[in-house]
Amino acid sequence: MSSARDKEKSRLFTRRALILAGGQAALMSVLAGRLYYLQVLQSDEYATMANENRMNIRLLAPLRGQVLDRFGKEIASNRQNYRVVLIREQTKSVEQTLDRLSDLVPVSDADRERVLKEARRKRGFVPIPVMENLTWEEFSRINVHSPELPGIQLDVGETRHYPYGPLFAHTVGYVGSVSERDLKTLEPDPLLELPGFKIGKNGIEKYYDLSLRGKAGTSRVEANAYGRVIRELSRQEGNPGNDLELTIDAELQQYAAQRMGEESAAAVIMDVHTGDILSMVSVPSFDPNSFTTGISVKDWRALQSNPKHPLNNKAVAGQYPPGSTFKMVVALAALEAGVITPDYTTYCAGHTMLGRHKFHCWKRGGHGKLNLRQSIEQSCDVYFYDIARKVGMDKIAEMANRFGLGQKLGLDLYGEKAGLIPTTDWKQAVRGERWQVGDTYNAGIGQGYVLSTPLQLAVMTARLANGGKAVTPRLVKQELQNLVKGDAEQAEPPKDIGVSKAALKAVLDGMFDVMNGEKGTGRGSRIDVEGWEVAGKSGTAQVRRISKKERLTGVLKSEEKPWEYRDHALFVAFAPYDNPRYAVSVIVEHGGSASKVAAPIASDLLKEALRLDPVRRKHKKDEISDKQQREDERDA
Amino acid sequence: MLRELGAPERNQPLSKKIWELNWGLVLLICVTASVGFLMLYSAADGNINPWASRQMIRFGAGLVIMLVVALTDIRIWLRLAYPLYFIALLMLGAVEVMGVIGMGARRWVEIGPIQLQPSEVMKITLVMALARYFHGLDLEDVRRIRWLIPPLILVAMPAMLVLRQPDLGTTLLLIAGAGVVFFGAGVAWWKFAAVIGTAIPAGFFAYQFLHEYQKKRILIFLNPESDPLGAGYHIMQSKIALGSGGIFGKGFVQGTQSHLNYLPEMRTDFIFSMLAEEFGMVGGLILFALYIMLLAYGYAIALRSRNQFGRLLALGLSGVFFLYVFINIAMVMGLVPVVGVPLPLISYGGTSMLTLLVSFGLIMSSYVHRDVEINPRKY
Repeated sequence: MSSARDKEKSRLFTRRALILAGGQAALMSVLAGRLYYLQVLQSDEYATMANENRMNIRLLAPLRGQVLDRFGKEIASNRQNYRVVLIREQTKSVEQTLDRLSDLVPVSDADRERVLKEARRKRGFVPIPVMENLTWEEFSRINVHSPELPGIQLDVGETRHYPYGPLFAHTVGYVGSVSERDLKTLEPDPLLELPGFKIGKNGIEKYYDLSLRGKAGTSRVEANAYGRVIRELSRQEGNPGNDLELTIDAELQQYAAQRMGEESAAAVIMDVHTGDILSMVSVPSFDPNSFTTGISVKDWRALQSNPKHPLNNKAVAGQYPPGSTFKMVVALAALEAGVITPDYTTYCAGHTMLGRHKFHCWKRGGHGKLNLRQSIEQSCDVYFYDIARKVGMDKIAEMANRFGLGQKLGLDLYGEKAGLIPTTDWKQAVRGERWQVGDTYNAGIGQGYVLSTPLQLAVMTARLANGGKAVTPRLVKQELQNLVKGDAEQAEPPKDIGVSKAALKAVLDGMFDVMNGEKGTGRGSRIDVEGWEVAGKSGTAQVRRISKKERLTGVLKSEEKPWEYRDHALFVAFAPYDNPRYAVSVIVEHGGSASKVAAPIASDLLKEALRLDPVRRKHKKDEISDKQQREDERDA
Repeated sequence: MLRELGAPERNQPLSKKIWELNWGLVLLICVTASVGFLMLYSAADGNINPWASRQMIRFGAGLVIMLVVALTDIRIWLRLAYPLYFIALLMLGAVEVMGVIGMGARRWVEIGPIQLQPSEVMKITLVMALARYFHGLDLEDVRRIRWLIPPLILVAMPAMLVLRQPDLGTTLLLIAGAGVVFFGAGVAWWKFAAVIGTAIPAGFFAYQFLHEYQKKRILIFLNPESDPLGAGYHIMQSKIALGSGGIFGKGFVQGTQSHLNYLPEMRTDFIFSMLAEEFGMVGGLILFALYIMLLAYGYAIALRSRNQFGRLLALGLSGVFFLYVFINIAMVMGLVPVVGVPLPLISYGGTSMLTLLVSFGLIMSSYVHRDVEINPRKY
């Protein structure tokens, strides 16, 4: 073993060790360079990413605006929803906690199973809803026992509540969850993607959704990688939705719905001067509360298959032949065209011939000799066949349009129907057939192609009653409507539709006699109170044509026919006659006799409207109507 | 004659040995480990429990063992080199047979209450065995290929076993650590070139036999942004933690990435990201400086030792230490694939702490016994 050899070994080792050390130093500088690159050159970028990681923006749902009636009664409000939630990580045994909870409040097996399932799936700190809509009593009972219920927490949410149940389902509508389609069609709003957020799905709730909805607040929170919120960094409160005051009088609405009972019917009551809709009823209805919480498939099917169509708003979307309620329009068309005077008479023999076709009057024996006033009073069909033929369809249609028929009236609801007022051109264009005189005959008594909605008939009646002012219906108080629609200018007073006072008076006299004349078709429903006199007009809409065979064997009385073949009973009226304030239209589907079914309802509704009138007058927000009326009185 | 020269050194008094210990190195180790305690304290949201306290106890115990190892005569270690190597090899084999499933692969073996990771132990014993082998080899023999076959077998046996666990990262670390000893022993450059030249195509071939998760790791390493929510998530979040730390960091116990759990494995493999997030580049560079000083000690000791065993031992163990530091930090910076390698003296973990302290003990032992001349033929 020579030391020279050892020295060589040592020298080689030293050389190599230094090479290794140099290599390692180089690699360390690579690391230092990388550190510089990440922490200095790219620092801002990564700092942003770190903030994106930890910060979460949470939306704070605003409180939805309330829908109120004209006196401020809540029609759609937000009810505190007392809920029980369970936080798994705060309890040793979910089952045990649920057992103890069910000693205090009934926990259904389905709920129990759902909670256990979710508890297994979700992260420990995520609250699992156990029960909703607890009563205050249940809520406080759990509250008192909370020390024995680890993991159970109580919280209060807001849910939409309709205290009147089915009463305003068609008018006010309801709210529901945001659907895929809503997301595509509605204006983008981050709130729409908030889990559990509800938007208006129908009626006023839908039409004024944006205003009722309010603006979302935001809360910036710090969250960890598992989504648990650590703390709130900042908070910006949103704006609650605007309250909406309707023109509806909830008390009158309640009365009207109750008065119509089990019928399949609709009614509209409106102020003839302002167009305020005081009541708009469509029965049967449904409970919008069940839509808000989610309706069962079974209940939904039952609603859909009900022959009385509870889901339809018959008041604005139901289109019916107006029947004899159309006769005022025909008479005014004839009077204004100058083809007749109020003294024009016709002889009614129970029918009239047009070529080989026989057109019947509703009264088999005929009315004999009648002038205009009498023929409105007794609703003689032959008289109106005659004057309709004289004036022609196009003039009738033009007059009908002036009274709001055959067009949408711009009510603040979706689904309003236009009805139909045919013209000669219309038939040519749509049916490809020439207009026949027989068509005019049918239109003259509101049958054939003519269709109208209860809302249109109420507007027509209001325009007759207010002396020919083109009043338009509204559901939301004017000043609010302006606010919501951003329409700063003051609403103009309704325009005159340009019908002479004399012609109007001739027709209104006839309507007065309908209720108060000896032979009036609505005589049975007149109001005998001084100053509350009603003027009206009955109407029957044939559901099925009466065949020749039936005429020979004797026409069955409406009540004797199966329900779905019975005629629709209509009635329009206004009161008081001398100083008109309220117009009403009523339709009872398959109600049979207008005089026996529709007229009493119309009369009762007016009576109730008048009874409640002083209250409305006292309410200071009704000044517009009063002012209007005073002006009208002065004009007269 | 040389034996006689070495003889007087054999029985140094213990007090002198203690005096001879590298107390500077011990201090450095304590300082570096304290950085680890700080980070573990932060990882528990400013709490000494549960990690920092346990790590301190382990460190304390490890420190004692380190000193005992350092004071033990290097000739004893020379004698024990092969037996210890074979014990470790047997343990690796035992893992193969009865290992406990952990971290998705078999890496642990239980001896009574202690869980041991034989692959960690093997990192030391392999270096010891190789140093022992080359110690007894003349320089002429080192240059002959035939003499290189036994040490290659020494490397291949544990490498195969660890690869089967499967633990690709440790396998490569074992091979690289052995390479350092080979290099220091004087194996010719061209042989390394030849081995690397054949290893690369062989690697491509071996890639076919890798586990799915290993293949995925390599692929995601090449492009971490391709899978930001999947397996690339770890690297991405680690880089965000580092980058967002900036020059001075977010402050102690203030790292958002770490404390909101975006950073994975922040107590173990990704502890450097946490440190660099909270203390910034300044903190990172200070740790680098500590490591460089530790390595400098290792090299200085290797160069001061007058026997080949001591030199190779100090060089090899320092090399392994460096590889740990480099691979861990390069990994969390997204420079190399994610392989489960802890950050020496900092990461939470018992076996790793113990093996590191034992290696430092061995390095110190070769300093304390630097002047011991060992007759290669005798042992």
